[in-house]
Amino acid sequence: MSTNERPLSPHLQIYRWQWTMALSILHRATGVGLAVGTLLLVGWLLAMSEGPDRYAAYQGFLDHWFGRLLLFGWTWALFYHLCNGIRHLIWDTGRGFELNTAAASGYIVAGASVVLTVIAWVAAYSNMGAM
Amino acid sequence: MSLQSPLGRVRGLGSAKDGTHHWWIQRVTAVALVPLTLWFAVAMIKMTGAAHGDAIAWVQSPFNAIMLLLLIVATFHHMQLGLQVVIEDYIHSEGAKLVLMLAQKLVSFALAVAAGFAVLKIAFGG
Repeated sequence: MSTNERPLSPHLQIYRWQWTMALSILHRATGVGLAVGTLLLVGWLLAMSEGPDRYAAYQGFLDHWFGRLLLFGWTWALFYHLCNGIRHLIWDTGRGFELNTAAASGYIVAGASVVLTVIAWVAAYSNMGAM
Repeated sequence: MSLQSPLGRVRGLGSAKDGTHHWWIQRVTAVALVPLTLWFAVAMIKMTGAAHGDAIAWVQSPFNAIMLLLLIVATFHHMQLGLQVVIEDYIHSEGAKLVLMLAQKLVSFALAVAAGFAVLKIAFGG
């Protein structure tokens, strides 16, 4: 018997989109995004270890609008995955599964990820003296 | 049909033979990454636009070097566990699954070693 012809369980597009479901997919998406984003960290450390010229070139890349965009996206993904990860750790204790609670904690996570991203960027820019 | 009792099956740790090990290590690294990530975010805000010499001095502080190494170990371990699940869930062809799994494990490990090497090189006066 071919395993390909076995009936499959209903796939995602069958279900009505829900808030908690979107957040769940976002957790996975930001996880994969952050995996790619680790290249920014590795690049920063390697450039620093190779001397001032390489470090300046790397900073130049981050100063470019594309570098800034990557860094901004990575900042938000990091805070989202961190906040939602804490939500997951609370679920692991068996708490917070009631529908209302799960939706509310989702709003908190989404809001916190945006607020933390804005705080981080405002702080970083004012630290540089650009604000 | 298996004549094994449910208890026997649990003792055998299921078909993957590692029971909840993957789940547990993902949680251990997640818990470690909460303070490490917050420390890193604050540090990176302070380091924005830092000159090369200042960045080097920052990494050379023993506390920062140790925190960076812990961050690197926890991050890349957590990352390869997570990517493994994504591949297991979405890639159904056995050949592609094997290739992607090998690639992500090896790349994750290589990135961790590269980042750790850079920290040690700087910390020991590179």
